[in-house]
Amino acid sequence: MKIKELPKTIYGKIKGFRLTRKVFSYPYILFLMFFVITPLVIVLVNAFLSDGQFTLNNFKDLATDGSSLKVLGTSIMVGIVTTLICLLLGYPVAYILSKWSSGSIIVILFILPMWVNFLIRTYALQTIFENVGITLGMGTVIFGMVYNFIPFMIMPLHTTISSIDKCYAEAAQDLGASPVTTFIKTTLPLSLPGIISGVTMVFIPTISAFAISQLLSNNSIILFGDSINLKFENKLYGVGSVMSLIMLALVLISNLFMNKINKGEAAKNLW
Amino acid sequence: MVKKIAEKGYIFLMLGLLYAPILMIIIYSFSNTNNFTFPEGFTFEAYVSLFTNAPKKLWDSLYNTIIIAVISSVLAALIGSISAVGIFYLKPRTRRLVENVNQLPIINSEIVMAVSFMLFFATLGFPQDRIWGFVRLILGHVTFCTPYVILSVMPRLMQMDPNIYEAALDLGCNPTKALFKVIIPYILPGVISGFAMAFTISLDDFIITQLTKGASTGIDTLSTYLYSSLRNASGLKPFWMPVFTIIILVVVTVVMFMNFRKAGKVHMKKGGK
Repeated sequence: MKIKELPKTIYGKIKGFRLTRKVFSYPYILFLMFFVITPLVIVLVNAFLSDGQFTLNNFKDLATDGSSLKVLGTSIMVGIVTTLICLLLGYPVAYILSKWSSGSIIVILFILPMWVNFLIRTYALQTIFENVGITLGMGTVIFGMVYNFIPFMIMPLHTTISSIDKCYAEAAQDLGASPVTTFIKTTLPLSLPGIISGVTMVFIPTISAFAISQLLSNNSIILFGDSINLKFENKLYGVGSVMSLIMLALVLISNLFMNKINKGEAAKNLW
Repeated sequence: MVKKIAEKGYIFLMLGLLYAPILMIIIYSFSNTNNFTFPEGFTFEAYVSLFTNAPKKLWDSLYNTIIIAVISSVLAALIGSISAVGIFYLKPRTRRLVENVNQLPIINSEIVMAVSFMLFFATLGFPQDRIWGFVRLILGHVTFCTPYVILSVMPRLMQMDPNIYEAALDLGCNPTKALFKVIIPYILPGVISGFAMAFTISLDDFIITQLTKGASTGIDTLSTYLYSSLRNASGLKPFWMPVFTIIILVVVTVVMFMNFRKAGKVHMKKGGK
């Protein structure tokens, strides 16, 4: 009797595992743990490893290495300047397009060049500079960064500004505000979420950009992204990992900040 | 009136600046040089040399690019669509956690992703040969393409009426059958646009491919081959200009088509109401 019941209980156990819909996510959860989390954990471990030993030397090396600190400083400077120029040039574009009925189609034209591989666009810029006779240097690097990343500024700004209710501006004008005051007191503050997404989406890619500054400065200006690559090329895995962690921390902090302000809208706007 | 003209002028100026370098490439692809001059006048020489005596490496890298993009985007679309369904029905807290991890490859800097893959494959001791090079690249590309598929499928799932699935179960489907007969057909538009996105991103990728391919696997995609040619002191050969032109035309056509089809649909929907 008991032996006969055994298969039944096993069958019952298997049956207890119900093939509900959420089960379809389990393989992908494993996949994420293996191919997204594990590689980042390996970077974290490598940041604390030096000659197979657990140390903080890599952090010390980076903090005392003048050239790396200079790279970090230059990157932040280039990042800030690029972001400001993108904001100053991109805001009027987004603002004007939000008033046009064809704006949402024209904004596609601003995003389109982004799909052409950045190496091709950077090569085109480099060739133009050489033909016109502009020496490659800091100016050309910043021009290249603005050229590459301005669509990231225009996109979120356009989405935010065109979703602002026109009533606010009209009310301000009815109450006697001049066009400039109306803009400063209504449109500008209401577009703040777009400004913040735009700033993050330009600043982070700029400092982590790879190859752009090399090509547009004849290898004379190295930014953080290139520097990470160079460290790994020279087998300095420890210091390279520390730098990658710094980059990752920047990404996570800025995204947390951005999500707080516009509750995850920005990532959707990207597409 | 003046303000309107100024506004139009500004938009056209910005568009002009944005498109000038791209147009220059197209125009000077007929000059048989690697820069923006016309020493021999207008000529198809560069196009002829592309199809007659371009290095075999160019065609190999094109082949690799397409193979990797096709395999990774098909895998990403399959994994992404089934997983999106699973994630959608997780408990809210788990779902939010999984969705956040899924966002990581999208928000993370490409260079950090690339470095992490490189260390990962080095730690696991992946062999440095051709086949394993392809495996590395496809695994890498699937990892950063699948999140986009999931993001484009999720909105479809949110729009779906949960009763359709229940009805399928009541009418005698088991969950797997209901998934394939009801949910998958419903989310198909999301899967297709996710697939298109995955394919384009994989084709376009440079940084992750460059660092993940392994130092001595000998595999190059178009972008990594271009990068090594750019670093070569002798400069690009003239055949690259027609290559760029073809890439630009293909990309622009495909993206315009996708975007305007989407815009057209939204328009029709609005009109229907």
